[in-house]
Amino acid sequence: MSASAIETAPALRAARRSTVRARSLRALPLGRLALRALALALSLAAWHLAATYRLDLGVVTFRNVPTPTAAAQAAWALLHAPALPTHLAASLARVLSGFLAALGVGVVLGLAIGRSKRAHDLLLPPLEVLRPIPAVAWIPLAILMFPSSEVSMAFITFTGALFPILLNTVHGVESVHPRLVAAARSLGAGDAAILREVILPGAAPSIVTGTAIGMGTAWFCLITAEMISGQYGIGYFTWESYTLQNYDDIVVGMLLIGLLGMGSSLVVRRLGAWATPWAGAGVQR
Amino acid sequence: MSAALAELQVDDRADDGHVAIRGGAIRLGQGASAFDVVEGIDLDIPARQFVCILGPSGCGKSTLLGAVAGHLALSRGSVSLDGRAVTGPHPDRGIVFQQHTLFPWLRVLDNVAFGPKMKGVSRAERRERARSLLAQVGLSDFLEAYPAELSGGMQQRVEIARALINRPRVLLMDEPFGALDAQTRLTMQELLLDIWTRHRTTILFVTHDIDEALFLADRLIVMTPRPGRILDDIPLEFGRPRERGLITEPRFTAIKHRCLTLLRGTPGGVPLARLSPIGV
Repeated sequence: MSASAIETAPALRAARRSTVRARSLRALPLGRLALRALALALSLAAWHLAATYRLDLGVVTFRNVPTPTAAAQAAWALLHAPALPTHLAASLARVLSGFLAALGVGVVLGLAIGRSKRAHDLLLPPLEVLRPIPAVAWIPLAILMFPSSEVSMAFITFTGALFPILLNTVHGVESVHPRLVAAARSLGAGDAAILREVILPGAAPSIVTGTAIGMGTAWFCLITAEMISGQYGIGYFTWESYTLQNYDDIVVGMLLIGLLGMGSSLVVRRLGAWATPWAGAGVQR
Repeated sequence: MSAALAELQVDDRADDGHVAIRGGAIRLGQGASAFDVVEGIDLDIPARQFVCILGPSGCGKSTLLGAVAGHLALSRGSVSLDGRAVTGPHPDRGIVFQQHTLFPWLRVLDNVAFGPKMKGVSRAERRERARSLLAQVGLSDFLEAYPAELSGGMQQRVEIARALINRPRVLLMDEPFGALDAQTRLTMQELLLDIWTRHRTTILFVTHDIDEALFLADRLIVMTPRPGRILDDIPLEFGRPRERGLITEPRFTAIKHRCLTLLRGTPGGVPLARLSPIGV
């Protein structure tokens, strides 16, 4: 490596930052941006027309579907309703507890399964049997097993988030190259240090992927669970709006669920990127 | 040791670094597909000698290195360092692989500070030592970079610093410059010799590049194809410091010719897959 070929580290980093920024803020041509805005506007207009004129196609009918204006008004009203914070807090608490439990259990089991042949043989077969069962299918049994409906809903959320996190952790552990482990041993690392300093960080990018998927499935499962056994919560609110014939609020509930899911995915991805700063560095090896 | 020598900060520990292999044989693989990689290896490397092991691809030279490192067990015979049998990896026997063994999640400084961290050296002290070693390999401007941001040559500099920070008695190098372009490889050879004047450890350097072996080593071990045996043991008395011009001198080309004849004379057949120091 000749000295002339060596760029300075700050220059390298600046170059990396600017490419990242360029990628995220890459401005689309104005024409394409306009086209995308138009597509959104047209969808809204189609919804508005179908709902206003109570379009009835036989198979699908818009007779009971609120108009965008009605939904917007209901959303505005909900924003000022005293019940909203209660619903939000209930859903967030359930998602967080289920998700965090899945994160803890998934990562610990994943490390064990990925590292130890014994743990692999002991733990994986029962988990493989449970894995194809959709978390939603657990709802009746969960209601029977957990006296508290709060715990049963958190459990459903946990079940949904567990497998993506667990399987991605196992995959991440197995993808740590034996050369890295050998290098660490030659540098004086013992078994505990290998796990902490090599396997865990080596598997981290894969774990982050698992948590992002797990957060998505956690919301999906929670909403279903809340519709069936909940009291408070966004899923409960949406279902209650249907039973009370507050049809405008159904759409508001749906939009809120979408927003919360998107927001929590964003948070997970941000935290993940913060925890694995090297993952975006230079050419991936 | 005189005071003048001490000022040169030569890493001098009397007779530390004597490697001995007695009747060494390594068998890899399971059951019917098992095969002998090397056999009948008898080798004595005195402290602070620079030894290159030269041989065709797949001859087991990297595997032999792995046995000295302690990543592989001999199926017969013994390896020892300063009279103590090798039973597993140890920071006394530092190893530099061909590529991609820096921890991608650690910055350059923390990669180098990894060894002392395992020994429980305080963060401030180990980072100070890492900084000093990285200065010696010319990477002071890259302490905070991640490995993936460095070129191949720079990554190998970090590898060398990371092994040397543990003050190993023997430095094991497995084709460390094999993945670099020709120009960078020459620069790295000179850098290694320069560092070796300050960290005078025993070096066991595996390569299939004859020029590289002759330019670097005090002594050349030539191996046969698999199962690898020692074919020849050639002392290289070129004197140091070595200059690049050496490789065109008649005494250099004479030995090079001898090596070429040795390697060509071995029944080669189909080139074998490269083995690694950590098994198949």
